[in-house]
Order: sequence, then C-alpha cells, then structure tokens
Amino acid sequence: MPETERVSLEDVRRVAELANLELTADEAPRMRRDLNAILDYVAQLGELDTAQVQPMAQVSEILASSGPTSAQTPSATLSVLREDELRPCLDRAVVMASAPETDSVFFKVPKVIER
Amino acid sequence: MSTTTTTPAASIEAIRSSIAGGETTARALTEIYQARIAGEDNQIHAFLSTDNNYALAQAARIDALAAKGDPLPKLAGVPFGIKDVLTLEGLTATAGSKILEGYRPPYTATAVQKLADAGAIFLGKLNCDEFAMGSSNENSAYGPVHNPHDLDRVPGGSSGGSAAAVAAGMAVATLGTDTGGSIRQPASFCGVVGVLPTYGRVSRYGLIAFASSLDRIGPFAASVRDAATVLGVIAGHDIMDATSSPLPVPHYTAYLDRGVKGMKLGVPSEYFAAGLDPEVRAAIESGIDKLRAAGAEIKNISLPHTRYAIPTYYVIATAEASSNLARFDGVRYGLRAPQSDTLATMYRRTRDLGFGAEVKRRILLGTYVLSHGYYDAYYRKAQQVRRLLADDFLAAFREVDAILTPTAPTPAFKLGEKSDDPVAMYLADIYTVTASLAGICGVSVPCGQSKAGLPIGMQILGKHFDEATIFRVGHTLENL
Repeated sequence: MPETERVSLEDVRRVAELANLELTADEAPRMRRDLNAILDYVAQLGELDTAQVQPMAQVSEILASSGPTSAQTPSATLSVLREDELRPCLDRAVVMASAPETDSVFFKVPKVIER
Repeated sequence: MSTTTTTPAASIEAIRSSIAGGETTARALTEIYQARIAGEDNQIHAFLSTDNNYALAQAARIDALAAKGDPLPKLAGVPFGIKDVLTLEGLTATAGSKILEGYRPPYTATAVQKLADAGAIFLGKLNCDEFAMGSSNENSAYGPVHNPHDLDRVPGGSSGGSAAAVAAGMAVATLGTDTGGSIRQPASFCGVVGVLPTYGRVSRYGLIAFASSLDRIGPFAASVRDAATVLGVIAGHDIMDATSSPLPVPHYTAYLDRGVKGMKLGVPSEYFAAGLDPEVRAAIESGIDKLRAAGAEIKNISLPHTRYAIPTYYVIATAEASSNLARFDGVRYGLRAPQSDTLATMYRRTRDLGFGAEVKRRILLGTYVLSHGYYDAYYRKAQQVRRLLADDFLAAFREVDAILTPTAPTPAFKLGEKSDDPVAMYLADIYTVTASLAGICGVSVPCGQSKAGLPIGMQILGKHFDEATIFRVGHTLENL
C-alpha cells in the first residue's frame, strides 16, 4: 500500500454514496485528508504476519478458554438463545408517536421509484 | 469563576439507611441534588435534560415505603444520572446527536430498568460525544462538558457528562457506556471511579448501538464500593440481549475488604513506554508501590501486541458503526430533512443535517474498510489482530490475578487542544482499547493528581467475569 494518496476524492465520494451521506464541497477534501491520516496509521497492522490467525468477531469466541468460573462451567459462558415464542411487542401508537410522518398506521416516505 | 471540585458525596448505603431511619427523605435529597444541578451545571453542562417531576415522583414512592416501615430496595433514594445513549421511557434520548433531537424512546434499557426497580432516582440524562464517538466530549451536538476540576479542560469522553456529574456532586452515581475507553478515561480525567464490566455482564438492550461487539454499559461513582454495588444491580442475563451472560452475579461488595495480600498483580512494560506523561507515570508507580507494601506481589509482564490496539480498534469500531448507524434514515424516528423529492435524497439530506463531522468520518472509514477490495486488507486483518490482543491477555492472566496500568497517558487536556487532529485524539484511548477488544473487565480508580491538581487514574484490568478481584484491588488502593 502506498504511504500517501491511499484515498482519492473520488473514493470519498463513492464511499459517501454507499453510506448514504451527502458531503458538501468543503467536507469532502477534509474527509479525504483525515481518512488518509487514519489509514496511514492503520497500515502498521501490515507488520504482523496473521496468516495462521483466526479472525475474532465476538468476545464469546474466546470465553471458553478463560474466566474464573470457566473451569467449572465452560458452557455457561457461551451466549444462549431464548425460546422462539410469541411475546408482546411495542404498541403501534406508541411507536408512531415518534415518526416524522405517518398516517398512524404506516410510516410515510417520499416516492421510492422515479418515473 | 469558581471551579467545582469533588464534593464528598453521600454513599449509597448511607443514603438508604438515613431514609430508612427517618433522618432524611428521598424527596429532600432529590431536591438538594436538583438545586446543585441548577446552581452548578450552567458551568459544567453535564446534563442534556432534567425532569424534576419525574424524579420527585420516584422519590415519593421511596418515601411511601419508608413511611410504612417497609424494607427499602438496594438503591433507595440514590440520585442517578443516565448517559443519553441509554433509553428511559418518558425522557428524551438524543445520543448527543441532532439526528435524535427531542426523541422520546418508547421503551427503557434493561440496565436502567434494573436501577429503577432498585429504587434509584433519575435526575436526568447526561451529555456525551455524539453516538459515544469521542474522547473529550467535544463531539456532542449540544456543546461540550467542562471538567469540574478545571473548566478550561475536557472531562474526557465519550461519557464526559457521566463522569463530571459525579465529580461535581450533581449525582451520587451515573451510568455510562464504554466502547474503547469511554467510561475509564473520563473517570480518570474527572477523579472518580468508572467500571468497564466484562463483555456480556450487563445487557445492552436499550443502548443506542455504536459498535456492538465492543459496547458495554457500566457505572460511575465516587468510591469502588458504590460502583460495585451498582454493577451488582445492573448485571445479569437478559433475554433481550443474546450476548448477555447467564453466569451468576457475585455479591461484589462482600470481597472488598479482603485486601491484596498474596495477590499477583502484573505491570505491563508496554503501558509505561514513550508518550506517558511523567506525572502520570510517577503517580501510577507510587500506587503500585503502595499495593506492593500492602502485600501484593508485583510482576513485570508483557502484552506484546499493545501498540497495534488503536489501529485495530478504529477499523473494527468504525466498521460496526457504519452498519449500526444506517438505521438513522429519517423514516421511523428522529430528524427528517424537509422537502426531499425522493427517498434516496431524503436519506442523504437527513444524515447530512443530522450527523456531526466525527460521526460522518467514522461512518466513511467504516464503509471504506468493509467495501469491496479492502475487506481483507483492513477488516479481516483487524479481526485477526484482535485475537492476538486477546491472546496476550489470556496468557498474562495465567501468571497474574489482575493488571495495573495508567488509565490515560495524560491528565485532562484543554478544550480545543486535539479537536483538529483525529489521530492525536484517538491516542487518548491507547491504554483502554486493549481491554475493549479482549472483552475483559477493568476499573479506573483515582490514584493521585498532577502538580496542577488534575486527577490521575489507575486502570486495574481483570479476567473475564472477575470483577470481584479488580474491585478488591481498587478498594484497597483507594484506602491506602
């Protein structure tokens, strides 16, 4: 990876579009500068050989081998799933009270498909 | 301008017993704290919202119990503040963001509900960096919090309001959240106790998500005993959070007075390298010496991957944030930009108006590292290094019972000092992100101060689900 120019202005605009962010003309160059500074810093991860290392996505993946009580109850540290049963949920009127625009049954949005 | 310093706050147990004994009432105590907020918080800005009637109604229920002579719950009458990323039905939850201005969530976070069930009084919601993204509280859309020890300095972040409220005596305890250091670092800067519970110890239900594999809820208080008491109330399994642990919750305060004699405490050389402020180093080394004198065996250890923690954290946390914050789209709650012709335009304008610069920066970075062609180089790589960092701790904890480090490399810095340089700001979390990535528990405990009178915190890190040990060390330290 090159030390500079990791991210171009075009990259910033492409990523902003993916993230549904609108950037002003002032914001885009500043974001480009900051992303390059951060990614230059992140580049040091490349010093480590991780070919044989399993990625870790969740803390629960390592809990079986640690913890003060894990020797007695290794499985108890793993997360558990609840029963799949019907439970009461939030009342529609309570939820719709926070909606920016609603007919009290549905959320209303601008048109989705352009003709 | 008078600066507020730590008021010796009443302890949780003293409050409960004085209400039970009729020496005071929950109402009288609530009014004292409400008056303190009215008098002090215009300078500190720890609270984003208060609801005096809500708190007084809670107090009336406690006073009714006391009048009947009924046993009082564990946190009866204790004045709390709640970080504004946690939901409490009836009060607003802004997450420090314009995109949620005025939002009233229709449900209450599990940890907050457990406090309510234990008799806590909620004075209001506390200021924080927008969506908990920041190390100084300067990213709040509603203006920064000022450090009660020096109003020109930051309180730390992102839970700056939660730390400052306790430090200024405007609450006896508060809840904050910690994703990369957001409880421990402000606790250090404000001279209070802040707890990072083990990942899974406290349900995240009702926490407005930043990075779900890292986010945790924990307490601030003036003493380790009070912080341990609060953790005992909010911890435990919850069917609303599949990552919450079913392990039983120990009676944390029962272990506090056992001391540290015979305990093995590790001191990692990597946390005392270049970049550590000399006054912080001296204060922490003095604290370590006291623990040695109290009977602990101090062992030098190594956590060799420490220097890779900040870059690892900023890849993983921003990747998760870019996904979590996609929900703020102007459809179901919060801000919606007016006069948009199409749905896509409405999304973009809403998010442009609603999000501040740091949140946009992190969403962009997270989207970038997850995007086609970069996923393996950045995101997968960071997940691999995350395991190496966690393995460092697992190996160390085979040798020692707990680990002692500075919480932050410096005391509180000045407002505006780092706000133009994201990498410099991220380095404020250099000693805290490691425990966040590994999922272990930690606590920041006051450990001296600088010549200028700024607080310094010692971070005590413990094994997964071994909060009892770090509380024991912290309680010993604060009484030496």
